[in-house]
Amino acid sequence: MLLFLAGPIAYCVWIAFTDLQLSGQAESSFVGLENFRTAFDDEGFVNAVWLTLVFTILSSIVGQNTLGLALASLMQRASKTVRTVTGAIVITAWVVPEVVAGFLLYAFFRREGTLNSVLDWLHLPGQNWLYTLPILAVSFANIWRGTAFSMLVYSAALSEIPKEITEAAEVDGAGGWRKLWHVTLPMIRRSIATNLMLNTLQTLSVFGLIWAMTRGGPGDRSQTLPLFMYEQAFKNNLLGYGTAVALLLLLVGALFSLVYMRMLRTEV
Amino acid sequence: MPTSTLTRGTPPPGPPAPRRRGPRRGPGARRSSRRLAADLCLLLAALAFVLPLAWLLFSSVDADSGLTARPPTDVTWDNFDAVMTTDITFRPLLNSLILCGSATAITVVAAALAAYPLSRYSSRLNRPFMLTILFTTSLPITAIMVPVYGLFVQINLIDTMSGTAFFLASSQLPFAIWLMKNFMDGVPKVLEEAAWTDGASSMQALVRVILPLMGPGVVVVTVFSFIMMWGNFFVPFMLLLSPDQMPASVSIFELFGNMGSVVYGELAAFSILYSAPAVLLYVLIARRLGGGFALGGAVKG
Repeated sequence: MLLFLAGPIAYCVWIAFTDLQLSGQAESSFVGLENFRTAFDDEGFVNAVWLTLVFTILSSIVGQNTLGLALASLMQRASKTVRTVTGAIVITAWVVPEVVAGFLLYAFFRREGTLNSVLDWLHLPGQNWLYTLPILAVSFANIWRGTAFSMLVYSAALSEIPKEITEAAEVDGAGGWRKLWHVTLPMIRRSIATNLMLNTLQTLSVFGLIWAMTRGGPGDRSQTLPLFMYEQAFKNNLLGYGTAVALLLLLVGALFSLVYMRMLRTEV
Repeated sequence: MPTSTLTRGTPPPGPPAPRRRGPRRGPGARRSSRRLAADLCLLLAALAFVLPLAWLLFSSVDADSGLTARPPTDVTWDNFDAVMTTDITFRPLLNSLILCGSATAITVVAAALAAYPLSRYSSRLNRPFMLTILFTTSLPITAIMVPVYGLFVQINLIDTMSGTAFFLASSQLPFAIWLMKNFMDGVPKVLEEAAWTDGASSMQALVRVILPLMGPGVVVVTVFSFIMMWGNFFVPFMLLLSPDQMPASVSIFELFGNMGSVVYGELAAFSILYSAPAVLLYVLIARRLGGGFALGGAVKG
């Protein structure tokens, strides 16, 4: 089984250094770092990197993670009914298949979609989100879809904190924010690091959601790395180049992971 | 919706707690007003989350569905009737079932075998191994799809159900191992030692003692893997070519096909049919999954 994962990765590394194409070219030759050089000079690639960063930071680190933690800690205090209802709704958003989620959010953000109706009702100006701010729309879509995971992780983590500790902090006169910062967060540090890692890497590899919503468009304004890679490899038949991009994507993921691993290691 | 008059700036209504009168408010009053605030925040969040889902439910039974969520004017089951055909619904769903079913079976067996030593023998390698697993769990699978495609072409596995199922299984495996180990840790070692004393091999102990004891855990891993694969779009999208093998996640695109002429009602109806198994299965395991999510415990070593 591990071969099934490791094999492709090894093969991946090899292809990335060749000029393999899908156009039926029998021979592929070794071209060294050519693909990578092409990538860094390619405006489309640079654009994809920026968009990927925006998408990841906004929707995973800021969005899913923070919102998940907020929901989980609110759930600690809320009444049972509300907790159950909210949990069910948020989790449904996560369980629904990726492509379906894409459609739902596509309908939500369209010019004549639900979001604009709500804004209209609040007397705020609406706009064609998928055209003006496509990357923002897909980021929100990803938050909508992925928050449940963080919520579950943090709920599990928060329920493991012994009551005595939080109570002791309250007796010592720590207010809400101070309690969060000095007691709760250090207690669940491990979960935070793990969750961030899982979230970030999952977000890096989101394809179906964006594909269903925008196809990376309009133009290339929501084309994150996975979509860019797909386009290069299958639309332009540059399998080698696409793979080089894939390798860079793996590297980005690995970098993020290493940072979180370090977070896990530092014992306070 | 009673929350409609609320905007974010207004303080939550409720028993106005007099501030600065006496040394401190009673703990009971403070608690209940805090609970109310938490409830309101959660309800607002729930409302935001439910809007896109509402569109799905409403438009699937609306004869004249657009893109805005609104209660249907003209309730009808026509949309469901229209999509309940072999080509649109049944074959793709069956394909999904075959694909995800076999992949899930592979995943669960492999995960059980891998989790057993991890859970039972504490070696110095365990923690790094678990971290590696966690790491591979989330490696952008998307990134290796292009080379996997190339590899599949070379070894003639492209456009085969079996190859695709295998790959799906291996992509889901790390997380499954990890969940499995968490559940396995909950089975007391004593029982196993008793089995060994009675002359069972460790394999027998695993199959006869541990797995039955962690039955619920196995169910959770199975269902969870299945749900994740059920929704997976990219893998079959890349590895399957012929239309009659397409699982629902890919065939749905045919419905959606041309952005201009989408029959939203039918699309919504199909989406519901396609999502229902995943949601129902999740409801089945929801109570037990919580235990598997204790991420802190996963890396305590």
